[in-house]
Amino acid sequence: MSTETAEKVVEEKKDVEALLSKRRKKLITDPLVDDNPITIQVLGICSALAVTTQLQPTMIMALSVIFVIVMANLVISVLRNKIPSRVRIIVQLAIVATLVTLVNEVLKAFAYDMYKELSVFVGLIITNCIVMGRLEAYAMGNKPYDAILDGFGSGLGYSWIILAVAFFRELLGSGSLFGVPIYDSISGLFGEDFSLATNGLMVSPVGAFIILGLIIWVQRSKTGYVEH
Amino acid sequence: MELFNLGIRSIFIDNMVFAYFLGMCSFLAVSKKVSTALGLGAAVIFVLTITVPLNWVLNEFVLKEGALAFAGETFAAVDLSFLRFIMFIAIIAAMVQLVEMIIEKFAPALYGALGIFLPLIAVNCAILGGSLFMAQRDYTLAEATVYGFGSGTGFFLAIVALAAIREKLKYSHVPNGLKGLGITMLITGLMGIAFMSFMGIDL
Repeated sequence: MSTETAEKVVEEKKDVEALLSKRRKKLITDPLVDDNPITIQVLGICSALAVTTQLQPTMIMALSVIFVIVMANLVISVLRNKIPSRVRIIVQLAIVATLVTLVNEVLKAFAYDMYKELSVFVGLIITNCIVMGRLEAYAMGNKPYDAILDGFGSGLGYSWIILAVAFFRELLGSGSLFGVPIYDSISGLFGEDFSLATNGLMVSPVGAFIILGLIIWVQRSKTGYVEH
Repeated sequence: MELFNLGIRSIFIDNMVFAYFLGMCSFLAVSKKVSTALGLGAAVIFVLTITVPLNWVLNEFVLKEGALAFAGETFAAVDLSFLRFIMFIAIIAAMVQLVEMIIEKFAPALYGALGIFLPLIAVNCAILGGSLFMAQRDYTLAEATVYGFGSGTGFFLAIVALAAIREKLKYSHVPNGLKGLGITMLITGLMGIAFMSFMGIDL
């Protein structure tokens, strides 16, 4: 008798929690700034930088990562009580690899140019530490809906950083945004003698390191996070 | 001579870290001390030299378009290359496990030095990246082996050099927000410029 009432209380509590309660909102907003996967947790930098010379492939990359991380979090969270802990890494890798293969085939079919441009870096989402990190740290111990929100939050945190890097790299390196020439139209306003020079260093890998370093500096000074 | 050129190219010009940003996670996380960086670097060379040729064999005889032709006429048109990711990562994870067990059994001293890094390597992008580049560039078996070894060595050099710089960095005054990751990214950028000087060399 007493156990029954106890169960009921728990169930009622579950019902009380809103679809987007404060705690759940925090799941999404935390990874954006305070606990950003790239700038604070230092994860997922591998594939992040290689594609950021232009905004368009970066956008595709960001969407692919969000898709993979949300779906993988969902699947692992549903299966979390069935996976033996000894082989969990292999199981996680298999699920992530399947999802990435799916993304890769879709890109190949509907956006072949992007597929060529991103080349091996779509495949490298498999070893993106953010995905594995969220699966290991969150999805293995939480309910499916929360896991989806958590994955979405981390994906967004990753996305805005790589989009910011891509914005500066494309603007300063190629003088355009989303392929639209910005520098040319600015120089057009001031007559023929006026022209803006693009910085070749921004297109090379070195530019990515330096821009990301500076973004991290600005972001950490704002949040007051200090690494020791 | 061709192979030698490929080796030099994969170590310096197409450096895993500075040209393709691969293996950045462990590159940043395990570069605080030279001794641990040496251990991880050695483990990466070891695993890359084994897995790239192994994945080459898998790719050549199972996954490639028309690779199954030896099994009979009906299989000649089969193209399994969409299974590349999942098969490569499975081979890598299995090889890392196997290597770990073999080292533990026959070379306990080496296991003591490399042991903790081996599981970490299964999810290192440099390892999977090595295999994917190999498949994309259509290397031969010998080229694949040299490429695996060369890119591993490139990673080794990069991580050891960064660790040495970071050990010295402890004594300098870095602004608060830039401490840790920020300054490391900037240093990596500067090291990248140094490695860019190899770019003009035509091999």
